[in-house]
Amino acid sequence: MPDMNALLAGIPAELTRLVLALIGLMVFIGLNGLALVWVERKVAGHVQRRPGPFEVGPFGLIQPIVDAIKLIGKQLVTPSGSDKFLFWLAPLLSFLPIFLLFIPIPFSKNLVGLDTNLGLLLILAFAGLNVLALCLAGWGQNNKWGLLGAGRAVAQSVAYEIPLLLSVLAISFQTGSLSLTEITAKQGAWPWQWNIIVQPLAFFLYFICAVAETNRAPFDLPEAESELTAGFHTEYSGMGFGLFFLAEYANMIVVCSVATVLFLGGWQGPFEPGWWWFLIKMYVLLVVIIWFRWTYPRVRFDQLLNLNWKWLLPLSMVNLVATAFAVKLFA
Amino acid sequence: MSHCEATELTGDTYTRRFDTGPDADTLIVNMGPQHPSTHGVLRVIVELDGEYILRAEPVLGYVHRMHEKMGEVKSFTQYLPNMGRVDYLHAMAWNWAYVGAVEKLGGVEVPERAEYLRVIATELNRISSHLVWWGAYLLDLGAFTPIMYAFDDREIILDLLQIITGSRLTYCYFRFGGVTADVTPAFVSGLTEFIARFKSRLPMYTDLVTNNVILRKRCEEIGVIDVDMARRYGATGPVLRGSGVAYDTRRAEPYGIYDRFDYEIPTFPEGDAMARYMVRMREMEESVKIIEQALARMPEGEYLNAKAPKPAWKPGVGEAYFAVEGARGKIGAYVVSDGTKTPYRVKLRAPSYCNLSLFAELAQGVILADAVSIMGSLDLVIPEIDR
Repeated sequence: MPDMNALLAGIPAELTRLVLALIGLMVFIGLNGLALVWVERKVAGHVQRRPGPFEVGPFGLIQPIVDAIKLIGKQLVTPSGSDKFLFWLAPLLSFLPIFLLFIPIPFSKNLVGLDTNLGLLLILAFAGLNVLALCLAGWGQNNKWGLLGAGRAVAQSVAYEIPLLLSVLAISFQTGSLSLTEITAKQGAWPWQWNIIVQPLAFFLYFICAVAETNRAPFDLPEAESELTAGFHTEYSGMGFGLFFLAEYANMIVVCSVATVLFLGGWQGPFEPGWWWFLIKMYVLLVVIIWFRWTYPRVRFDQLLNLNWKWLLPLSMVNLVATAFAVKLFA
Repeated sequence: MSHCEATELTGDTYTRRFDTGPDADTLIVNMGPQHPSTHGVLRVIVELDGEYILRAEPVLGYVHRMHEKMGEVKSFTQYLPNMGRVDYLHAMAWNWAYVGAVEKLGGVEVPERAEYLRVIATELNRISSHLVWWGAYLLDLGAFTPIMYAFDDREIILDLLQIITGSRLTYCYFRFGGVTADVTPAFVSGLTEFIARFKSRLPMYTDLVTNNVILRKRCEEIGVIDVDMARRYGATGPVLRGSGVAYDTRRAEPYGIYDRFDYEIPTFPEGDAMARYMVRMREMEESVKIIEQALARMPEGEYLNAKAPKPAWKPGVGEAYFAVEGARGKIGAYVVSDGTKTPYRVKLRAPSYCNLSLFAELAQGVILADAVSIMGSLDLVIPEIDR
């Protein structure tokens, strides 16, 4: 019998860390997903001058869990004439890459799954998988509304990825690094030491693109329910829909986390730096996104693309070039 | 997916008729009868080229309830409750149209106080109808919150109307020769309170919604109806006034006591969805003005003519047409009597029916989202269309 200690010693420390990080992130995403459902319903309630959920548990805190049980308990219906494999692959494909997106995010000084100098690149690369999932969902379900939703999702995500990338690049230029830990470390504790002060335009562009990338109102065109009934997830019920739903919230958390790291100083904060500052900033951004949804009407699809190609893209280009010049001149 | 390869018959009569000579690149979809933006069971068959609509054809009849036929079977009085169910949003106007026609037919006098009560109830109901339209239209455009604000106000109106009519939606308040009940002190004080509150709410609606840039981009220059087109299809109500024609039945063919009040007929010349939107928003203000005047001048007296017809009443041979201004346009009731207890024929003119017929032409060549905006701006009530 081989020596257990030797066997354990043979496992690289990096791998152990990664596995532990993944488990931790699953818990993090699950809990925050549930919390966000509750926050969304409460904020929506108060925006609409009603109390929101309050029956199930104190302040309705158990409501999202009950919602989840309802979704899990529902029958999984595969529509006739659909591509069964793609139909069920799509929700998994939209949800599973989320874990990878969280790995390089530094929640505090040492609380990071993988401290790599290509962290930003990793996130941007895997964020693209979500489009594929929406596309497959729309295509595989044999529904015309779904197909229209998929078409919208692809056009929208591809368009908005470009200014998003360019605005993020401006920060990389400025910091000279793609490592999220390093970008955070270069910012100070107080708000005037954060990147948002130097790069307000980049933050503005990033935030608009982030709302569009996560398909949130007023840019929720792939699922625009008054036009496309439910868009790309028209035929999904039960947990198939649940996974898309969870992925949407997880994606919101990702974009807000990245915004926190890049523009708001991450875990840095006045008095005592730590993960709590990270979470506070992240949730402030999340509430702003939720607030958008319950206030604004939906834009039209051609207006959405015009906004991107005619305004956001040129602006982000100008911002990037200006940053590059500034870095060359002053650094 | 493609409809042109199908060898066996698919779809129903309408779909197949629509399907003749299809282009392989277009998509034929059913918007409705179960679709979030058709508000009820309207079905529109659309041929899409990408996001653009090539053709659109409304299919009616999903809530056909034979209201006109029922008129030939029931007695004059028994038919009254039907009127609250033709257009559930502006039931009072339908009450008035039918009762007005029968009163004209039988020469029934209406007491002065009842006339004022009719005006107050109808105008209150007009506000609640416009509020539902406003909320639902914003819902069509993807804004979830305004409908909650609108229902907040509408709830007060429903409470008030419940005091005098006993019901909250499908009112049967009018009687031949008056109304069913007089106002109570609670109603009067509640109404005064509501008017004060509503006047402060309207500017809030303007700030929150009407001036929003996204809303304006979704409404302005969308679904432009010129005067000629509106006339060709017989459009009435806010749809016609949104094209700059100041035609309002209350002013053009005064009925009841509408000639005694000071109010404006709001018109907007642009003819787009925003113009129709603005007409309705202004109309709510004008209705408030009418209610205030009516409340101040209402005389004491009977609310129902003492010689009002009994249930088995026979009006004598003849025919009568009576038109009123509903929230959606000109409502007409044509009643023919052959001297028996039941009408020989009842014909109802529903404004939504004419306004809907504009849709097919308006939707041609627009983007799908605009078609939703156009349909919402026409303010359709489907049960009224099918009757």
